[in-house]
Amino acid sequence: MAIAAMQGFAGLSFFSVLLLMALGLAIIFGQMRVINMAHGEFMVIGAYTTYMISVYASGMAPWASEYYILFAVPAAFLMAFIVGMLVEVLMIRHLYHRPLDTLLATWGLALVMQQGFRSLFGAREVSPSTPSWLEGSWRPTPMIDIPLNGMAIMVLTIIVTLGVVWLMYRSRWGLRVRATMASRDMSMAVGINTRWVDRLTFALGCGVAGIAGAAFTMISSTGPTSGTLYIVDTFLVVVFGGAGSISGTVVSAFLIAQGQSILEFFLGSSMAKVTTLLVIIGILMLRPEGLFKSKVRR
Amino acid sequence: MTHPLSKVLEKRGLPGLLILALLILVVIPVTMDVDGINLTGRFLSFAFVAVGLTLAWGYGGLLSLGQGLFFGIGGYAMAMYLKLEASTPEATAIQTTPGIPDFMDWNQITALPWFWVPFNSLTFTIVTILVLPAFFAALIGFALFTRRVSGVFFAIITQALVTIATILVIGQQGYTGGVNGITDLRTLKGWDIHTDSALVILYYVNAGLLLAMIALGMWILSTKYGRILMAARDQENRIRFSGYNVAYFKIFIFAVAAFMSGIGGAMFTLQVGFISPSIIGIIPSIEFVIFAAVGGRLSLLGAVYGTLLVTYARNIIAEAYPEFWLFFIGGIFIAVVMFAPYGLAGLYQKYVRRHWERFLAGRGWRHRGNGGNNPPTASGRPSGHVATASETIK
Repeated sequence: MAIAAMQGFAGLSFFSVLLLMALGLAIIFGQMRVINMAHGEFMVIGAYTTYMISVYASGMAPWASEYYILFAVPAAFLMAFIVGMLVEVLMIRHLYHRPLDTLLATWGLALVMQQGFRSLFGAREVSPSTPSWLEGSWRPTPMIDIPLNGMAIMVLTIIVTLGVVWLMYRSRWGLRVRATMASRDMSMAVGINTRWVDRLTFALGCGVAGIAGAAFTMISSTGPTSGTLYIVDTFLVVVFGGAGSISGTVVSAFLIAQGQSILEFFLGSSMAKVTTLLVIIGILMLRPEGLFKSKVRR
Repeated sequence: MTHPLSKVLEKRGLPGLLILALLILVVIPVTMDVDGINLTGRFLSFAFVAVGLTLAWGYGGLLSLGQGLFFGIGGYAMAMYLKLEASTPEATAIQTTPGIPDFMDWNQITALPWFWVPFNSLTFTIVTILVLPAFFAALIGFALFTRRVSGVFFAIITQALVTIATILVIGQQGYTGGVNGITDLRTLKGWDIHTDSALVILYYVNAGLLLAMIALGMWILSTKYGRILMAARDQENRIRFSGYNVAYFKIFIFAVAAFMSGIGGAMFTLQVGFISPSIIGIIPSIEFVIFAAVGGRLSLLGAVYGTLLVTYARNIIAEAYPEFWLFFIGGIFIAVVMFAPYGLAGLYQKYVRRHWERFLAGRGWRHRGNGGNNPPTASGRPSGHVATASETIK
């Protein structure tokens, strides 16, 4: 029982990072139909930003080193947001009418970014120091041991998810995004600046990936190629959940992460991963539109 | 009216095919030493995949990020046969269990697994290489295309499939050789594949097979089937409403691409002497797409040039400036997609061929009403445009 609870919680940490990654992708891929293969690299930007802030904090301002993570999350978002906007302006906007080509171009971008990380930060994996208030764990019973940093990531994930849902479905801006994606011509006709909508939507998706990177540093160390580890899973989460549906993304990230971490206990990590992927593909063959079909006529 | 194949070959394919044949059958073997020939042969084995991708992606609209899977089936099937031949009881006498491949012995496996047993037969191995990749592709295609999964979703699922294959191969170390792959392959039916003469013979076999595959591709595209395939890529519903079952066209071309990839994989193993997961994973699978894209996604011949260009560039750059290589390949990829979506072949069409033809016409060699000065367009065209003859073969 205790093992099940702990394994379940390990799954929840994985779920959190996966969900944060997938949320960004659900915005970019689900709404804009751009296949961003460099999404993992935007996560790594967030992770390196967090690392730099932690190094900076411990060197320049020791009083801040306990709380650097509070600055690091917005900074990671901002960094990835700015780079994302740059990429949109220079590259993505020329490719909107060729969705499969965005896949190829962003893969090239991912390679360039990976090498960029390697040149800037070295090939060795780095990890920022964990603030002391996030170390240790919470023990509701003597048998169960839940790490605090995992809980912090959970809280962060919940806040970001609610933020994205609010932004997309409750705010004026989200309405404009959805209008643009549903009918670009009509949106332009009613005076929406669709160029800026595209730009900000893409940058927002990248920014959320940056936050995922900040969360990632708390559970794992960061290397130049960390992003590629997650990209396949993330895409499957979005496709499995039904592209364009945020609630679908949440449910499918939960199912995939939990399924994988429970199976890991019985089958070992590689077979667990294989089984999960096969099940997802099997279900996708039966329901190509994913778990939650968005009711949009294409 | 002449047969369409002869017409097509005469008009467009044959001169190009002959030039390529001259290059890889005569120029390269004459100008290079054995190591260079072997290296080129290794690169040309990747070109099988690129040619297949040109058919499936360029003409069928099916962007597969999982061609490494089929390359791997061919390569591993060949490697399993060669490994069994190398693992005679005499050669492996120092093992706990003599007569099984060394990596199995290291992983405490005491008997040959059942799926290895048939690979004692060369006939079975060759049949597997020729049939299994196409069969797998047809199965995947049937499951996906009849449910109208296409485009991006297809790309992501094929990528997931190749991920699964790599994880399985690495995870089941005792049965597959794990991350090291299957190594130390020496002989084929007693014929040492590492001698200079063997390498040259294998190079010629490889080059001949590649040319045959290109001819096969040209023939497929020149048939009515090829026309419908292209039309379905551009206006799927229109073809469907004309009474064709689009799914079967896609399944077929995907199976053909897999068939070619499988042969390439087997030739790779023969020429290099090993196979490992690092050659079939996600990244190599996308590199195959790079080869096809650089060559020009609508050009079967371009796929070969694209492969050679990128792989040679990697060889040179990665040796001289290892840290520069990823910048280079990433940059190439971005540049090709953004500025030359039809790759080398597109650039040739746009800039070289017109002048070349004007030159020929000026000499009164031949006159052609519609000089090929229109670059091929596939996606992003106004709707209603149906594939024209000028897109048949470049």
